[in-house]
Amino acid sequence: MTETTGHRDDERGDWEPRIAAFLCNWCSYAGADLAGVSRIQYPPNVRVIRVPCSGRINPLFIVKALQSGMDGVLVSGCHPGDCHYISGNLYARRKFALMKSLLEYVGIEPDRVHFSWVSAAEGVRFAELLHTVVEAVREIGPATKMVKRIEAVP
Amino acid sequence: MSEVEDRLRQRVTELLDDGTVDLFIGYAEADAPLKTAVHVVRSTTDADALVWDARCAANLAALLPDLFRRPENAGNEWAPPRVGILAKGCVSRSIVGLIKAHQIPRDALHVVGVGCRGVVDRHHAARLVAPAQLAEAEFLEGDRLRLRATDGTERDVDLADVLLEGCLVCRHPNAVLSDESIGDPVPTSDRPRFADVESFAERPIDERWAAFREEVSRCIRCYACREACPNCYCTECFAEETAPRWIGVTTEPSDLMLFHLGRAFHQAGRCVDCGACVSACPQGIDLRLLTRKVNRDVEALFGGEVGVSLDRPEPLQQFEMTDDEGFLTEP
Repeated sequence: MTETTGHRDDERGDWEPRIAAFLCNWCSYAGADLAGVSRIQYPPNVRVIRVPCSGRINPLFIVKALQSGMDGVLVSGCHPGDCHYISGNLYARRKFALMKSLLEYVGIEPDRVHFSWVSAAEGVRFAELLHTVVEAVREIGPATKMVKRIEAVP
Repeated sequence: MSEVEDRLRQRVTELLDDGTVDLFIGYAEADAPLKTAVHVVRSTTDADALVWDARCAANLAALLPDLFRRPENAGNEWAPPRVGILAKGCVSRSIVGLIKAHQIPRDALHVVGVGCRGVVDRHHAARLVAPAQLAEAEFLEGDRLRLRATDGTERDVDLADVLLEGCLVCRHPNAVLSDESIGDPVPTSDRPRFADVESFAERPIDERWAAFREEVSRCIRCYACREACPNCYCTECFAEETAPRWIGVTTEPSDLMLFHLGRAFHQAGRCVDCGACVSACPQGIDLRLLTRKVNRDVEALFGGEVGVSLDRPEPLQQFEMTDDEGFLTEP
């Protein structure tokens, strides 16, 4: 991962939220795909990262995404009971409940981090979820708290 | 020398003599005020150096995984050592956790339980004599502690006022798992356990962030907290991983925060709140701020106390179909 934050849109004054979305291969990624092939409009603010299972997502991915300058993070996997690996999402659910609570406790805005279940058949739900998430992040503004900023060497 | 220390030295000598254990892990005097050293007794002549009092802050269970880790070039004749260990309540709970995590074998352990009346918070004691340094500390009659500062001043305090916060609310001062016990059982505290977490959570969000940032910004990344912790037995830690490199090599606060969030998260359902990390921290960072929050959430969401039962799986190694979903975003 890079150590620089790079150019940020908000410095140009036309800030748009940037959302990192960790989507499980079997449900949520396919749900996003379905939204695409069905030509359902959803905000272009999302950067999709495909993972094998929501259980694969190390909760540190979320913190690392915020540190790397993402304004919001979305994590999505199969509905409980539908996991391709039987129970990966159920283990993940426990981890995410703890991580979300911990981040809020230390002062990260609760609306920075979102979790939701999206199945492969829910293209419409995926698009609606994206609208909800992007609007929630837009509401709280650009991420500043966790973002790594390296001072330029003179 | 107290009666418990006397009995401890005698028992350790017997255990080594009759071959019950090959070595015994306890505490000995250290050359700094309010500190003790971890002491590994391998021959009966060393047993006389053992001490037991309110300075014994280290969690001795932290030594165990390394002792039982099979050396890389070990031959077929390698057998794990038989290890004796002095266990106050929190140490015994860490032992339970390590057994459940398959890091140590129960049958190679001989646990000597001891009731613990709390450990002195040396950072707090040092603050009481600031700006001078703490030169010496002496236990007095009636649970009092005399602090001598480098500028020659003396100050007597109640022991209860300088104990680690976790000790004041400790529900398990006596060993939960032991092969034998020394001394009398210690009564359990009934003070509310997570009052500090709840009061922190009630502060405004930006104040919480400022407090968290200020606290971890003092971190010098020496990883003493990790070394002192029995749960940190990984041979490769995320803090030093290079692919991916989770944490940059800078002292930029976000790198420090990432380490501390990661550390706290890895303690979920495993931290017994022994305070060894707090005692080990050279910067006096309140590491329990995060670990206790995670502890509280694990208990509130998934139920059950950490390290009190060998039968119950760790909370993050199991799930219920009915687990809480209140944190989910619905479109």
